[in-house]
Amino acid sequence: MSRDNILHRIRTAIGRSAGQAVADPPPVRLHIPEADMESRIASMIVRIEALAGKAYRADTGKNACATVAAAIAGKTAVASNAPYLAECGITALPGVRSGITDRDELRQVCAAADIGITSADYALADTGSLVMLSSPQEARLVSLLPPAHIAVVPRERILTGLDELFTVLPNPAIQTSSMVLITGPSRTADIEQILVRGVHGPGQITVIMV
Amino acid sequence: MSAEFDQKIHTTLADANLQLAIYTATGRLKEKRVESVAPGILPDYQELRTQANAIKQHSIENLDHYLEEFERNVEARRGKVVYCKDATEVADFVLGLAKERRARLVVKSKSMTTEEVDLNERLEHHGLESVETDLGEYILQLAHERPYHIVAPALHKTRYDVAEIFTRTLHVPNEIVIEKQTAIARRVLREKFLAADIGISGANFLVADSGAVVIVENEGNARLTTTAPKIHIAVAGIEKVIPRAQDLATFLKLLARSATGQLLSVYTSFLAGPRRPGEIDGPDEFYVVLLDNGRTKLLPDRTKRQSLYCIRCGACLNTCPVYRKIGGHSFPWVYSGPIGAIITPQFMGVAHEPSLPFASSLCGACGEVCPVKIDIPKILLELRSDVKKSETREKQNRIEKLAFRAFAFLMTHPRLYELAGRMGAAMAPSDGGSWIRNLPAPMNIGPVRAWLSQRDLPPPPAKSFREMWRRR
Repeated sequence: MSRDNILHRIRTAIGRSAGQAVADPPPVRLHIPEADMESRIASMIVRIEALAGKAYRADTGKNACATVAAAIAGKTAVASNAPYLAECGITALPGVRSGITDRDELRQVCAAADIGITSADYALADTGSLVMLSSPQEARLVSLLPPAHIAVVPRERILTGLDELFTVLPNPAIQTSSMVLITGPSRTADIEQILVRGVHGPGQITVIMV
Repeated sequence: MSAEFDQKIHTTLADANLQLAIYTATGRLKEKRVESVAPGILPDYQELRTQANAIKQHSIENLDHYLEEFERNVEARRGKVVYCKDATEVADFVLGLAKERRARLVVKSKSMTTEEVDLNERLEHHGLESVETDLGEYILQLAHERPYHIVAPALHKTRYDVAEIFTRTLHVPNEIVIEKQTAIARRVLREKFLAADIGISGANFLVADSGAVVIVENEGNARLTTTAPKIHIAVAGIEKVIPRAQDLATFLKLLARSATGQLLSVYTSFLAGPRRPGEIDGPDEFYVVLLDNGRTKLLPDRTKRQSLYCIRCGACLNTCPVYRKIGGHSFPWVYSGPIGAIITPQFMGVAHEPSLPFASSLCGACGEVCPVKIDIPKILLELRSDVKKSETREKQNRIEKLAFRAFAFLMTHPRLYELAGRMGAAMAPSDGGSWIRNLPAPMNIGPVRAWLSQRDLPPPPAKSFREMWRRR
């Protein structure tokens, strides 16, 4: 089999034997800066707007719900099963489908919906990113198939950046089969370096921090 | 230089539109990179490079260990690892699986590794439809071309080229507005995503302690490729493994910045196995193909094995004065630019295109921008030496050898060197300051003439440094 051949060739070339112990890798390099919540939110807004996304603050879940309702304005939306969205009353808004647990049904609904609404497990202030862990509460396609994505995030989930994320989640594979960092709307510059948003993923992204 | 290499270079140099396209695109990417690693934005840029280099060095020095750890962790998450030694084995594996699952349609996200093994052609040859879904790669697949650049594959295509390709192959009305062209691709490919049986992706990193594949992209096509179909196959070179998920904090800060000047790419997917019980979507089957395809040949030499640290950001292409003139298709294989010039001879053998390591001015810009600090200029020099050693006695240029022997003799005999210098100064054309572009007869012959046809020589000064020093 190629497996054993390849591993054998590697060992011969680098001078190791099977099962030989390994010296410690270089120490991990994670520095978490001091940043209070106000500056994290401010940074989120700057970064998301720089990527042509929209970012809002909401004092309460109810206010967030009102912002979402205004954005839906007669369009169709699919919401994830995140308990936080239900808590805010978003899943009960007119035009919003939620509570889907079947893959095929989810795919059809997401492919037809104008807006996908999710929460996020974390957000990263220094890049304006959302961190989405796939789970029974958060399906992957809700933030991917509809042309617009709205995320409603409780502010305490805003981390400073990648270093803090990998400190909180040293090994994301323990929690989930899929962790996705979303930084701005889907984009391409493949034709003449001209920026176009909304290639395969959502062309519009809105983040509401509660 | 092979006739083909020579001819492609000349065609590229003669095409003014193409020259402008390459220069503008690489220039823009280069500027954005510089802005995004500026001390005000990323104060610890150099420390991150050092760390990234150290992690890559450690991973390659213990490659078998981390591959086995990766394999164990993928299997613990109900995924499967398949080692393949070459292109045929990759195609055989995919075709075998497709046959068992009665799959007809494959969607693919951008992957240099699958370009390397001509996966699309091999699958289509056996009746499987395989569709590229990155916009640039899709355009190139329709045009039957290979990528021009590691991160901007279709940078040589204008909107008018794209309009022509789309009308000819997709039978859509002529469309020259880029937004609308993108919308056409979105519509056509959306149907493919939803109908596909298998999604094939590449991998930017393989994380040993998690058994995870990390994929970085901007369009969302890699997310769809790895989410919509029931089977996900990631094809990755064996060198892509890193020890810990926490190391991603270092690499992710460097990769998007070096590639496109973004702080992070739009989508970074960290995928560990098929969907788990309760998860609503995601693939049911998850495979990682670990490809050798010549990589193990690079391992024995400590200097040259650095070539395997590459994270395919393309920064060395954008900064390279040679790439910026001769473009991506002049290079003899899928990898172009400085990294192509060191990878290709090592994967394919130096005889494949012996002049490739010489297609460089050794200015060192590639080494300076490399986020993982590969010493590209040094490797180019070693490969030049390999090329010379590999040439047969008859092929070795006797005049060149003689010239270098004479040069070495002069350099080790200072008095003779000085005398030669004075003779040179006396014989040189004395029009002061201008470059020597030609030599007067009878010296203007054979090899000397050929050498000067590509180079200008500064005239020797009237007084040498040694003379000036003595009179001081």
